[in-house]
Amino acid sequence: MSFLMGRRMFVGTLSGAAVALLAGRDVLAAKSGGSKAGDIQILNTALAAELEAIAAYQVGAESGLLQKPVLDLAVQFQGHHKEHADVLASTIRKLGGKPVASKAKYSFPVEGLKSQADVLRFAGSLEKGAVSAYLGAVPLFQNRDLSKAAASILGDEAMHWAVLRQAVGENPVPSAFVA
Amino acid sequence: MRSWPSLFLAVSALAFPLGGEAQDVKKGEEIYGRCAGCHSLAHDRVGPKHCDLIGRKAGAVPGFDYSGAMKRSGIVWNEKTLDRFLANPPKAVPGTTMTYAGVSDPRDRADLIAYLKTATCPAR
Repeated sequence: MSFLMGRRMFVGTLSGAAVALLAGRDVLAAKSGGSKAGDIQILNTALAAELEAIAAYQVGAESGLLQKPVLDLAVQFQGHHKEHADVLASTIRKLGGKPVASKAKYSFPVEGLKSQADVLRFAGSLEKGAVSAYLGAVPLFQNRDLSKAAASILGDEAMHWAVLRQAVGENPVPSAFVA
Repeated sequence: MRSWPSLFLAVSALAFPLGGEAQDVKKGEEIYGRCAGCHSLAHDRVGPKHCDLIGRKAGAVPGFDYSGAMKRSGIVWNEKTLDRFLANPPKAVPGTTMTYAGVSDPRDRADLIAYLKTATCPAR
């Protein structure tokens, strides 16, 4: 079973304007309306979090604590975050903004990562936080197509969180709602 | 210097002090999980660290790249200012990079703030 939601499938879930952004149809995307400056800021905050998630998964992958097939899963999830980051950065550019760059250095609680389960729980906490962050961003977009695109990413992060919980023996879906 | 694990233990100990308030702090710790996409107690991440938050001037963690809006806000973090900000960050500080709709439930905000009040930074 593949946990990877392919790029084609991801794009297929998005609305016309969001797809236009992803496909490089700048004129159509620019006509989507709304407060671009505010939307660009929301996208940049999301991008900063995605870039940090990529770095976090890199720390996990290089920790020596993850065994296959868990290591493959972590790398796969990192790949999703790279796709999110690519889409967010390209959308920011097409809206006329400047995407934030990766930090030269990230601070992670590596001293607390002693086992595979520690790494998975840490990753799970980030994914849970990411779900909440996207949930808090979705209603703020002026361009509702961007809300839909962000909700699509939220769904992916929620799947990561559930799989990571399952991997450490926790209830993968502990409640009917996320907050 | 206190290590991060010892800080965690200190926070955990404070999470179970007395009576009804203990439950609030524990719930607040759970609610803080919503912040974990961007924040932690000990480290600056997408957002600034939260240890020693109470009494801190907004936009004042050394080395963190705040928005101009936050730096100019004049806010000093206490129960009242946190409650107002957490209810709707973009409305409380227009131009903040904390593009998050907020914690809408007042009880959740109170529990979250109760938890944040327990988080102290390790001594340098």
